[in-house]
Amino acid sequence: MSDPVSALAGKVSEGPVRIEDLAPRAMITVRGKLSDTAITEALASVSGLAMPGQRGIAAEGEKRLAWMGPDEALLILPRAGLDAALSGLTEKLGSAHALVADMSDARALFRLTGEDAALRDTIAKVAPVDMMRFPTGEIRRTRLAQIAGAFWMPQEGTVELVCFRSVAQYAFDLLSQAAVGPRVF
Amino acid sequence: MSTRLTTGGQRIDRSKPVTFTFNGTTLKGYEGDTLASALLANDRMMMGRSFKYHRPRGVVASGTEEPNALLGIGSGGRFEPNQRATMQEVFEGLEAQSQNHWPSLAFDIGEVNAKLSRFLPAGFYYKTFLWPRAFWKHVYEPFIRQSAGLGKAPKDRDADTYEHYYHFTDVLVIGGGLAGLTAALAAAKGGAKVTVMEQEAHWGGRAPVDDGAAEEVAALVAELEGMETVTLRLRCMGAGVYDHGYVLGYERLTDHLAVKSGPRHRLWRIRAGQVVTATGAIERPLSFAGNDVPGVMLASAVRDYVAHFGISVGDRTVVVTNNDDAYLTALALVGAGLSVPAILDARQGGGGALADQAKAKGIRVLNGHGIAKVQGRKRVTGVAICKQVGEGAVIEEIACDAVAMSGGWSPVVHLWSHCGGKLIWDDAQAMFRPDPNRPPTGADGTGFVSVAGAANGLLDLSDALPDAAQTGAMAASFVTGKASGDIALTDRKPRGDRPIEPVWLMPASAKRALRAKSWLDYQNDVKVTDVQLAAQEGFESVEHAKRYTTLGMATDQGKLSNINGLAILSGALDTPIPQVGTTTFRPPFTPISMGAIAGPARAEVFQPLRRSPIHAWHEAHGADFEPVGQWRRPYTYLRSGEDRHTAVAREINQTRNALGLLDASTLGKLIVKGPDAGRFMDMLYTNMMSTLKPGFCRYGLMCSENGFLMDDGVVARWDEDTFLCHTTTGGADRIHAHMEEWLQTEWWDWKVWVVNATEQYAQIAVVGPQARSVLEKLGATDIGNEAFPFMTFQDHTLAGIRARVYRISFSGELSYEIAVPASQGLALWEALMQAGAEHDVMPYGTEGLHVMRAEKGFIMIGDETDGTVIPQDLGLGWAISKKKTDYIGKRAQERSDMTRPDRWKLVGLETLDGSVLPDGAYALADGHNANGQRNVQGRVTSTYHSPTLGRGIAMGLVLNGPERMGETVQFNKVDGSSVAARIVNPVFYDKENTKNV
Repeated sequence: MSDPVSALAGKVSEGPVRIEDLAPRAMITVRGKLSDTAITEALASVSGLAMPGQRGIAAEGEKRLAWMGPDEALLILPRAGLDAALSGLTEKLGSAHALVADMSDARALFRLTGEDAALRDTIAKVAPVDMMRFPTGEIRRTRLAQIAGAFWMPQEGTVELVCFRSVAQYAFDLLSQAAVGPRVF
Repeated sequence: MSTRLTTGGQRIDRSKPVTFTFNGTTLKGYEGDTLASALLANDRMMMGRSFKYHRPRGVVASGTEEPNALLGIGSGGRFEPNQRATMQEVFEGLEAQSQNHWPSLAFDIGEVNAKLSRFLPAGFYYKTFLWPRAFWKHVYEPFIRQSAGLGKAPKDRDADTYEHYYHFTDVLVIGGGLAGLTAALAAAKGGAKVTVMEQEAHWGGRAPVDDGAAEEVAALVAELEGMETVTLRLRCMGAGVYDHGYVLGYERLTDHLAVKSGPRHRLWRIRAGQVVTATGAIERPLSFAGNDVPGVMLASAVRDYVAHFGISVGDRTVVVTNNDDAYLTALALVGAGLSVPAILDARQGGGGALADQAKAKGIRVLNGHGIAKVQGRKRVTGVAICKQVGEGAVIEEIACDAVAMSGGWSPVVHLWSHCGGKLIWDDAQAMFRPDPNRPPTGADGTGFVSVAGAANGLLDLSDALPDAAQTGAMAASFVTGKASGDIALTDRKPRGDRPIEPVWLMPASAKRALRAKSWLDYQNDVKVTDVQLAAQEGFESVEHAKRYTTLGMATDQGKLSNINGLAILSGALDTPIPQVGTTTFRPPFTPISMGAIAGPARAEVFQPLRRSPIHAWHEAHGADFEPVGQWRRPYTYLRSGEDRHTAVAREINQTRNALGLLDASTLGKLIVKGPDAGRFMDMLYTNMMSTLKPGFCRYGLMCSENGFLMDDGVVARWDEDTFLCHTTTGGADRIHAHMEEWLQTEWWDWKVWVVNATEQYAQIAVVGPQARSVLEKLGATDIGNEAFPFMTFQDHTLAGIRARVYRISFSGELSYEIAVPASQGLALWEALMQAGAEHDVMPYGTEGLHVMRAEKGFIMIGDETDGTVIPQDLGLGWAISKKKTDYIGKRAQERSDMTRPDRWKLVGLETLDGSVLPDGAYALADGHNANGQRNVQGRVTSTYHSPTLGRGIAMGLVLNGPERMGETVQFNKVDGSSVAARIVNPVFYDKENTKNV
């Protein structure tokens, strides 16, 4: 197996807000009713994270467990853990009605770092989200100008953002452009 | 003449002179000047020519409502036409040009139109250019287009950038006058997050000039600036109010700067819990003959120029009014040492406290008088005065070089009205103002816009500010759910005005000669007589009269003219003003730049461009791309010296003879899983899918509810519960949404989940007689025709990459589509290129794909289908299950139109001369239809040159086609001739399927 390549092969935009295309991670989409404890328990058991509530995302190290909708969760893990997580989920889910899909390569994952206010300005230029009041621990599936995307803030001064792989270059250019210029707030 | 006074001017800094150019002449102004004030300081009263009659026009206002002083600003990539001189701040090096004249502003040939005005009445174009018909296109329209239009369109690429900003606030206050600031403070103190936007460069609105409240404004702004929950923005216009508290703000960031950096405009896309419109009021002109001569200005503007910029618009200014406000102008002028020969107050009883002050200053006040006619052409030289009640008999002529007029005030109700706020006619104040009982309503049926200050019809601060404070507090309470406290207000006494008396025409019974020179709409040259003519000709609706006369249809959208115009219409129709009503107020409030609307969408981020994991390789290897949805797919790969045609032929020949590769990553890949997945598949596809065995593939058709073919693709059953549905490239998102819609709205109790895994996999088609050997070379074992038959899939490790290999073919060749995780796609592609080198492997593009499928008679969604075609038209009856009780589209396909025997059906077409049929050509039939068009009996759906067969091949839908094999039909060509083609079987190549083994 060749080493997996991220969409932009680690491209970085330096500036007041640093934008970095992160190395591939394992990303697993689970469709299933999150009201079904069999499903949330399987997710918690495989990730070691508690299943967050509506619009929530749990984080620890490189691991993330996100609420993507009432019937969808996203699990992000170090790439090396992909196979074990897929088989672990399949095993733990047993006969529960769920779809586990390896989506590790379907998305690009960016990390944005910088002064917190500058970072919030950057996102507010492209996404219809109240960035003045956006809390850590929350994920927002939204629109980044003309593409679908999602982001969260693991801590103040950091945004992690995903979009589909095919539009990674658009997202990178869009964010790099939004990151420069005078501050709005 | 207009000139700069030696003292005065709150906004200018006389220690900071700036130079700018006007029509190439260098002029001087001061920092803080607007372009209008700086031009006036240089005695440039005349700033443009009108649209229709090319009459000389001077600046009439001092703010956003200016209809006349429209200039082209900047040059090259920063040129922009139609900018209001009153809103443009001067800066060092600013370039301005006047518009709508030839050869020069001072002498204009189009002015001849004015002499012909008698013959250019309302509806002139409609009436004149009706006949003869052919003249419109070839004579009238080119001529009118050449002389029409204000300003010139920019020719260069915009040198600036623009941005959007999404902002959320509890209370949005539009307008930073004293009322807006007061409302904002009350809302902020009530616990709300507050945003205040002011379109001008200064806070306070009219209060610093009219009420001497500059210090009060400064204190209020300072207090608001000190509050963390308050956002204040200058040069930021509330452009439009939309449903659900959505508001667009238009911030001009660099238009006032000599050195420009960063975005030029920022479009604020705001969600507000409550909106307070504190948008002030606009003074109305009076309709008297010659009211458009340069030097006739709004009274408020005249005193603004004195107070803000130390500008005298004339040494002798006659004031004419129907209300007390204009007395402020007379007092300001006299205070600045200028002369006011007379105040003409149209009211018999005259004015109140301010009138007394004016008289005490020794100003001559003539009650019950008005202007019969303004004298002068390019500049006011005097006025002839008359009794307001009469027909305009001249009593006296007064020499003057400026006229300050006031016809009363119209609240700026635009933003209140954008989203459905209603108005009431206030007879006492002669104005439309917002009806507090009928605000724009939100999703819950309650109002989300309220109004404060002059915009609410409260022209006296002693009324306006307590009301504004209450409005702000209530807006905060709506959002926070808590009661808001009072804020302290300066104690004010009413000004002691006498009521306005409406004057819609001056003098009241003006003769036609006077009415024909009384302008309503300066920018579009609409006069009192035009509106009266429209009424006479039956245009009773204000909306119709507007369009017939073009009243209010110019770039200023009738800010000065609307109320005066509809009052004239009301008089002509003998219908009260409230019954006539207003025209519709639509966003934006004043024009906003196209760049601001586009925001970041330009150059590389104009549109998202989807790239497959192998895109960079294609780029590096001569790919000539074509758009497929938002993807870019190689159409062909050009080698040096090749054109598209030869490259496509080379790729096809090599694929058919040896080996070709296609990047098929863009095809949709939807995973469908669950105990009810088989049942769901049976409903989605016309064929039976539930009987497919794990490990097998089946080609399927998907129809809309109306029975029309909308997508196709190969379905693979991954396991008992799981299907993978391949869709067309453009269909991936649409079909995913289609599946979710049925699952969420109709079959919500079915146990099925869908995931769109299109982007997870790179997919590469390995096609041609050498396909098997190259796979074996990369490590696949036991993949002979028996062990790995057509329409099955297997997992293999190829070049060390775990892959799922589908043996499917869209070319008729031996073919494998290999799916690997996207991150491995390029590695596999390169391994295949290397391994296939011994067979001279070539990548082929979408055109090769299209030609090869057409050679095999395979249909293409979007070519053979166009939303009106059903599978039965395409000879695909074999893919429609007769056993199933239902599938989406089944019942629709039983409708009479779908089953009629004379539907056009798919056939192959071969020209007799071997040429390529024109795309979309029609099969000609005898005779003509009722519209005189040639009857037709079919059409071409795809047509190509086949390099394999060395001739043109085509598919088409033809009347009774399948029964007419061998028959020759004529197809039309663009040049009017026709070409003969024989109806043949649509499978042109390898009819016996000998190659795919």
